[in-house]
Amino acid sequence: MEEIITLDYGSGGKKTSRLIEKHIVPRFDNEALKSLGDGAVIPGGEMLAFSTDSFVVDPLFFPGGNIGKLAVCGTVNDVAMCGAEPKYLSCSLILEEGLPLETLERVLEAMGDAAEAAGVCIVTGDTKVVDRGRGDKLYINTAGIGVMRHPLPGLAAVRPGDAVIVSGTVGDHGTAVMLARSGMMQGDVRSDCAALNRLTEAMLSNVSSVRILRDPTRGGLATTLNEFAEGQRFGIELEEDAIPVRPEVQASCDMLGLEPIYCANEGKLVCLCAAGDAEKLLDVMRARPEGENAAIIGRVTEEAAGRVVMKTGLGGRRILQKLAGAQLPRIC
Amino acid sequence: MCLAIPLKLIEINGNDAVGEAMGMRRKVRVDLISEPKIGDYVMVHAGFAIERLAEEQALEDLETWEELQHALG
Amino acid sequence: MRSAERCRKLVGAIAALNLPETRIMEVCGTHTMAIAEAGIRSLLPGKVQLLSGPGCPVCVTPPEDIDAVLDLSGEKDLILTSYGDMLRVPGSRRGDSLLRRKALGADVRIVYSPMDALDLAADEPKKQVVFLGIGFETTAPGTAAAVLQARERGLKNFSVLSMLKSVEPALRALMAMDDFAVDGFLCPGHVATIIGEEGFRFLPEEYRMPAVIGGFEPDEILFAVYLLLLQIAEKKPQIQNAYPRAVRPEGNPTARRMMEGCFTLTDARWRGLGEIPASGFTLRDELSAYNAAKRFSLTPGAAALQSGCRCGDVICGKLRPDGCPLFGKACTPEDPVGPCMVSSEGACAAAYKYGGQE
Repeated sequence: MEEIITLDYGSGGKKTSRLIEKHIVPRFDNEALKSLGDGAVIPGGEMLAFSTDSFVVDPLFFPGGNIGKLAVCGTVNDVAMCGAEPKYLSCSLILEEGLPLETLERVLEAMGDAAEAAGVCIVTGDTKVVDRGRGDKLYINTAGIGVMRHPLPGLAAVRPGDAVIVSGTVGDHGTAVMLARSGMMQGDVRSDCAALNRLTEAMLSNVSSVRILRDPTRGGLATTLNEFAEGQRFGIELEEDAIPVRPEVQASCDMLGLEPIYCANEGKLVCLCAAGDAEKLLDVMRARPEGENAAIIGRVTEEAAGRVVMKTGLGGRRILQKLAGAQLPRIC
Repeated sequence: MCLAIPLKLIEINGNDAVGEAMGMRRKVRVDLISEPKIGDYVMVHAGFAIERLAEEQALEDLETWEELQHALG
Repeated sequence: MRSAERCRKLVGAIAALNLPETRIMEVCGTHTMAIAEAGIRSLLPGKVQLLSGPGCPVCVTPPEDIDAVLDLSGEKDLILTSYGDMLRVPGSRRGDSLLRRKALGADVRIVYSPMDALDLAADEPKKQVVFLGIGFETTAPGTAAAVLQARERGLKNFSVLSMLKSVEPALRALMAMDDFAVDGFLCPGHVATIIGEEGFRFLPEEYRMPAVIGGFEPDEILFAVYLLLLQIAEKKPQIQNAYPRAVRPEGNPTARRMMEGCFTLTDARWRGLGEIPASGFTLRDELSAYNAAKRFSLTPGAAALQSGCRCGDVICGKLRPDGCPLFGKACTPEDPVGPCMVSSEGACAAAYKYGGQE
């Protein structure tokens, strides 16, 4: 009989211990976790970066990744965007009664692999089980701590003329998930889910004029750039033709009635830096696999303060708004 | 509600077909097309091919466009 | 397909026509969006005004009809299937939408095709599956084919709530309005795929109205606009096909036969245009088993308008989106008063998203 999660696994008793000792600890293998205290005691630095995120993606598995990989990379990236070196993660699981253990194992395996690849340790966690129907198979919350290495000045340091750089193709993750959900199309679109801490370290240790970094997750590139410009004395102007988009992502978005610049990314970052450093930063980024398609996509402007404007290939201009609500697929 | 995309038919099974563009494949109904053939380019809207496309390229071979070209110089 | 060079030439040719104040109207939601997205208006001379007409099938649905859909969605053991476009559209009560009803427990599912709804009906024999049919002639034939499939597969739990409408009666109603003043129509490319050039011949022949059928890429749109403005400049109204790759003179007879075989045209209420005879597609009597309005005894209530909402005027091209006092203030995509701001093909949504008239 297939082993499944029942309410017993969340009770804190024998089944919980077994779940932790047999399935979780070995996959997250590190000393701090092995002692299984209430919290992990870990050495730290003067300034820390701390972030948390919850992951409720549906479906759990999609081309290019799964909820586990996402949970690790997502929090690693949030910490890295602060200019910090991510070190430790927590992992809280909320499991729905009836979840096959095999599914959980696959997710945990992916989390362990992603943590190892990123050079971080998952040092503490929790597991709860809820009644069937009260949780959609599996939810994960991760929190991450990192040590500040390169404090970033932020939006206050942004100047007209600054370059807007994206680390690679946009819209891959959101599109891959939408396709997996729509269940009607096959193709080569894969999530770009990846840890970016090594990329940010390379960028920040080689170029000093990076103002801000952000990973454009929900809402996509367009929303993140709006978050930069909103209420500021500068605007952002993009060149539509300069924004890297995979042809298969564009084709899928056309079919689904979506736009790649509004689709989530889970392995990309966008940054603003001094114009003079843009080419150098691009070289640094392109030298790493996570940044191989990095591109300058626009610049900061004095005009259109507070807004993001896109110049189309035809010389037309349009204003890019934030994504209003959940991106619903258009059919028509 | 006119959003439609051109796809190339790569499989046909009665009224159920598969269309392809840029490596992306999707199910397409061909009830509205007379004698669909593999290799046909069709315009697909809401899961239905609504018309066979004369060819893949737009505007290039239009008589009117050629006249226009002359007019525009 | 996007040819910047071609567009440049067309923009130059349009400017060279040196037209006086000219108003042209597009009547296709997809044109509305494509034009806004490509910034076409910013490429046209200032004296040429490109208006949006009743081309968004969601926007022309009156609020009481939407209310009927919202109430239906809450029925026990009923799955309401709809294109994503409809989810945020409010009925007569502000904030009430399928998205909200879904959050409150209604089983509302997004589908990409009526065939998805059919398959769902086959998978869920104990539930009623209602497909919300919204669109014009582009969408009607596919919906018809799906109904015939339902009959062939013997699916007793599938029905279509048809809000499908026909374009020609709307254009006639528009032109009958006292204050209607448009010099030419950019005709919807994919509706034309079905009804052909012939389907729009009434415009030049009965109304001496210039008309050009246009495609959806920026260069295709500019090409159609150029031809239309040329007709206007030369005072030679005709019907021209600037989208021959997808539109034949006779349209798609197979699709038309399918559509006419399953649907008949009945009187229908349009937001902004009022009641128009023979303008709504209703399933014929022999297919009434699949007519959700009959199956669930739906009788839309009296006309109910959200206060202050000017969607009706926007739909008729009498008011530009940014001319509406609610635009961007009380009415935004996150919190819309009427459908034009939140439909994926609404003129106000396009203006808000892409910056409107630049």
